[in-house]
Amino acid sequence: MADRGTTLRLVLIGLVSGVFSALLGVGGGIVIVPLLVLWLGFRQREASATSLAAIGLIALVGVTLYAVRGHVEVGPGLLVGIPAAAGAVAGAVLQQRLRARVLSFAFAALLAAIGAYLVIS
Amino acid sequence: MIDVLIAVTVGCAAGVAAGLFGVGGGILFVPVLTLALGLSQINAEATSLLAIIPTVAAGTWTQQRYGNVRWQAAAVIGVAAVVGVEAGVQIATSLPESTLRRLFGVLMIAVAIQIAWRTRAKPDSDSGARGR
Repeated sequence: MADRGTTLRLVLIGLVSGVFSALLGVGGGIVIVPLLVLWLGFRQREASATSLAAIGLIALVGVTLYAVRGHVEVGPGLLVGIPAAAGAVAGAVLQQRLRARVLSFAFAALLAAIGAYLVIS
Repeated sequence: MIDVLIAVTVGCAAGVAAGLFGVGGGILFVPVLTLALGLSQINAEATSLLAIIPTVAAGTWTQQRYGNVRWQAAAVIGVAAVVGVEAGVQIATSLPESTLRRLFGVLMIAVAIQIAWRTRAKPDSDSGARGR
């Protein structure tokens, strides 16, 4: 992926998703996945997998900053985070079994629903 | 007890969405942490980031086994996003939030339509990556 145009687009995607999540509390994946698909021609599966890895990095930095200020509650975090980890494995396995078209349409529906929620609320 | 059950159930659902769509799940974690577990908004947002870590770690690990993760791209996005968060905080203090929400909402609907349109127009070239 070494060429400059690609790197520039990746940097832009990161910046936009960072701004988005700081402003609205949603962000990360919901921004990264469609931009990887539309700007860089990633397949839906590759885009979502790469997005997960990027979010890991973002969350790690974010949680460290919040933890320093004493806002992180470990018990509740693990109570939802551990079942979510099991769910994520199931979701990722399920994703491989879905047709690419179905997956893209489902993602578009999710995106539209969140968009509508942001407009209305 | 019922609160714990809700937290586990919604946590699980958020995880499935994360694995399926490549999102962190924060949009579901935050309301569960505030409504079911009684955290303040700021603590819920902070704690949501903690919950996201095992979620995306498990999802990434699973996707890695299918060969879908592009690590270099992920690293570039991740680092740039950290910078973006800083910029976002600056912007947030200078623009009304409701305007921003509507603007982003409309943008997301437009992107959704674009993805659906492209998917519709394109023949289904890959029908699953089973057994890869």
